[in-house]
Amino acid sequence: MARVGLRHLTVTIAGASALVGLTYLLDPFRNYQLATAAAYLCATAGLTLLIGLNGQVSLGHGALMATGAYTVALLPSGMLLLSVAAAVLVATLAGAVVGVAAARLRGPYLAGVTLAVTMVVPAVTTMADAVFHGDQGLSVAAPPAPLWVAPERWQAWQAIAAAAVTLFVLANLLRSRFGREWRAVRDDEVAAQLAGIPVARTQVLAFVVSAACAGLGGAMFAVLAQSVSPSTFSLTLSLYLLLAVVVGGLGSLAGAAWGALLLVLLPDAIHSVTDGLPLGPDLAQRLTGNLPLAVFGLTLVLVVLAVPGGLQGLLVRAVRRLR
Amino acid sequence: MERFVFLTLDGLARGAVYAAFGLALVLIWRGTRVVNFAQGALAVASAYLAYTVTGATGSYWWGLVAALAGGLALGALVELLVMRWAGRAGPLEPVIAALGLVLLIQALLGMVYGNDFHPVDTPFARTALTVRGFDLVSPYDLFVLGAVLTVMLLLAVLFGRTKTGLRMRAAAFAPEVSRLLGVRVGRVLTLGWALAAAVGALAAMLVIPTELGLHPTAMDLVFVSGFTAAVVGGLDSPVGAVVGGLGVGVVLSYVGGYLGSDATPVAVLLLLLTVLLLRPGGLFSTVQARRV
Amino acid sequence: MRTILHRGLTLAAASVLVIAAAACGGGSSGTPGVTASTVVVGTHQPLTGPASPGYSKISVATKAYFDHVNAHGGVHGRKITYRVMDDGYNPANTQQVVRKLVLSDRVFAVLNGLGTPTHTGVLDFLKTNRVPDLFVASGSRSWNQPAKYPTTFGFNPDYTVEGKILATYIKGNLPNRKVCFFGQADDFGRDALAGVRQVLGAGTIATRQSYVPTNTDVAPQLSTLKAAGCQVVVSATVPGFTALAVATAARLGFRPQWVVSNVGGDKTTLAARLGAAGAPLLDGLVSAGYLPAVDEPANPWTVQFRKIAEEYAPDLEFDGNVIYGMSVGYLFVQALQAAGRDLTRTSIVDAVTANGFTGPGMVPLRFSAGDHSGYGGLRVNRVTGGKQAYVGPVYVTDDRSGPVREYTEAAPTPPANAIPVG
Repeated sequence: MARVGLRHLTVTIAGASALVGLTYLLDPFRNYQLATAAAYLCATAGLTLLIGLNGQVSLGHGALMATGAYTVALLPSGMLLLSVAAAVLVATLAGAVVGVAAARLRGPYLAGVTLAVTMVVPAVTTMADAVFHGDQGLSVAAPPAPLWVAPERWQAWQAIAAAAVTLFVLANLLRSRFGREWRAVRDDEVAAQLAGIPVARTQVLAFVVSAACAGLGGAMFAVLAQSVSPSTFSLTLSLYLLLAVVVGGLGSLAGAAWGALLLVLLPDAIHSVTDGLPLGPDLAQRLTGNLPLAVFGLTLVLVVLAVPGGLQGLLVRAVRRLR
Repeated sequence: MERFVFLTLDGLARGAVYAAFGLALVLIWRGTRVVNFAQGALAVASAYLAYTVTGATGSYWWGLVAALAGGLALGALVELLVMRWAGRAGPLEPVIAALGLVLLIQALLGMVYGNDFHPVDTPFARTALTVRGFDLVSPYDLFVLGAVLTVMLLLAVLFGRTKTGLRMRAAAFAPEVSRLLGVRVGRVLTLGWALAAAVGALAAMLVIPTELGLHPTAMDLVFVSGFTAAVVGGLDSPVGAVVGGLGVGVVLSYVGGYLGSDATPVAVLLLLLTVLLLRPGGLFSTVQARRV
Repeated sequence: MRTILHRGLTLAAASVLVIAAAACGGGSSGTPGVTASTVVVGTHQPLTGPASPGYSKISVATKAYFDHVNAHGGVHGRKITYRVMDDGYNPANTQQVVRKLVLSDRVFAVLNGLGTPTHTGVLDFLKTNRVPDLFVASGSRSWNQPAKYPTTFGFNPDYTVEGKILATYIKGNLPNRKVCFFGQADDFGRDALAGVRQVLGAGTIATRQSYVPTNTDVAPQLSTLKAAGCQVVVSATVPGFTALAVATAARLGFRPQWVVSNVGGDKTTLAARLGAAGAPLLDGLVSAGYLPAVDEPANPWTVQFRKIAEEYAPDLEFDGNVIYGMSVGYLFVQALQAAGRDLTRTSIVDAVTANGFTGPGMVPLRFSAGDHSGYGGLRVNRVTGGKQAYVGPVYVTDDRSGPVREYTEAAPTPPANAIPVG
């Protein structure tokens, strides 16, 4: 068991160091994109385990990210580490509340409840207007980067650190008793219960863990964007997270990484394509916003129908064929 | 008192739309054990079709016909091309595929029609009829209630009294046995989806004029309320969907009227949670899960 | 072993992807976005999403105006390229697209960024990178902080300025009526209310209601206003919600005198929202403006802008948003001219601060070393017989406790071809 943990640690540190090195090769905008992808990765990693390994479909992880983000926004800016830790804690609590309420729900019922949770975020920010400032949102004062680092590079490092911690913790959980219990409950709930696994508690735990990850991702979002508002954490974000984990490969941490990269790079790539086309201003404008969404949607449908293992599944099969 | 009556009637009118939407969801659930998360997007697409037809012909009624026909076609298409294959893999896949469809359909509508809000006219006045100084209900609200009731009755007759309805019920509960008995299960499923999409299209046509206007995401909130209606009533029960819908509409109206309109999404969530925790199958559920 | 192989492969593939996607950033040779023959500016706009109705036209109109100027040789021999990025009114997207514009596309300046929540988030970034942040499309007071954000300039009149002017109109033309307020639950509504109360008196607005753009059911608020017996409703609403409020109120049998902010008071936009049946509800609606009106066929600016729109953006429906977009373009061209042949970020900020611009606006711009706010006044307009025409004098004031004064100088006429003479 300890050997597995050590191996994970080595891989994590190596990977994080490689990415830090990468930040020296990239220009500031790409570093910012890398930082955003790493922030997404915190959330998608948790979500992919929840859906893929535990079988609970949550459409509410955007809202959980919001709790993390707003916590960071509301706390004083001095100690970033403390604010982020608090954000994870608050998101964990929120996840526990939703998880306990939803522990007895399955499939579409759970999806529907988490959908309703997402719809509540803008309402809460408006009801407690004095604190959350409604639609306008709050600005986040993150401590500035040290003088010897470019600001975007510093942001990338922070996000990479968060993602590395998330992946390390989740990889260990996966290999542990918890991971086995999650899979058992997903595969056959009745059999799992007969085998002595407390089903409700397993479901809640899985939900809580994924909520903590989402909270961390949301906190990083707040730090990167330097502002939080309800429109950032809308239903669209929850759908994007779902898209990312499915296309990347459900249940796989590597798949979560692919999905996070996709979320950041695909809109960019599509913009480059549409920029090159000679279109009238009206048509160009209609395409600009909607084409990435259309491609996302189509990709999601095609992946579900034809490539159930997602990108990671494709990669694994390709590797296997190479041997 | 006057406000209470107004809110109740207003809530019933809104609730009728949620009831229709919930009915559509129940239709598909009974047929395929899938919650159609793309219901709202399909409905909005049908409404856009109506918008084009009404714009071309100048008549609301031709638009309505176009919406219903479009709904039938879209529902059938989605089932044949996507849902049939998605359902084979497992329970999760249809949900995810439907959500992908939502993104795709909303984006396509935005590309074709633009993202502006298009105002939609109603065939009847929306000014409340005043009886003895009381603002009661408007002609349009009565139309909405009437339309939903008609649909309910038609569906009840279809399922209860016709051979097609019998085939649909058989295919839903025992697909293998039905196949053995000669029921073309695939075709019946497609019909179920087509009908559900048409009902959803009607719901969209009824509710969109009362909002900001026609827009690719116009049905998102209605979906959540419609889903709540279906769940509250019990996903297996059409009567439950209607009762649930009217109930949700009235509750939201009171919450919006007395507590402020910001509180309505919170009310929906609390309602959903309460019902699901107390009676997980819904208020009118008959199928009870066996607890081991 | 396999896990490590997979992980390693993933990391390697990911790194390759990111590097491959990395554009050649390139060092800065001179002023970013400026060459001898081009100048590139960028903006973030809500092209999609709930705020897009109406607003999505603004950037199309500005681009059409730039195309017109480019066809006549550009400014100091440079053609203007306008990169419009969609943020869907979502501040997180704004962060991404503005960074892309500044760091990747290396634009010379950000022009007419739209939205208070969206633009507030990028102020610090633009300041750190010393990017000129010109003519922000919002009436918030956040853009008027010369000490904190020296390169940020507003354009729209502040909401408080407008509130004071609308209240002055009410005081003079609708005396002894019960005045109530219906506004957006953010700075827009708050600032407008503050302005109104300053002129009418703190205790006069007895009934106040607010809305949020995410909730389209405004019937509860309006029935409260109706029950309170409001005769005049000052409405700080965006166009979609102005239409919604007017229509919902009519359904409830509530027809007050509507006094609407210029943000949501454009008759053409509202009529499009309400449809043929609802357009008569707009009769009598009072709003304000500071730019030429669509319904002023004799106004030479309107005539010129309409011609430009017909030539360069023929599918665009000509309304207040189009005039707005072109006016922004006009002012930017003036600033470019004043900045001189040797165009740098410093020279354009200095040119804007030096001011002296006259253009389509009927009130002066307040740009100076100590004021970055934009237009300083408005004129009230009224919808009569389906046409929205200006009434009464032009007013100017500040966003603090200064008095509301009449502004009597005549509006300038446009130069030939509506291109400023440098």
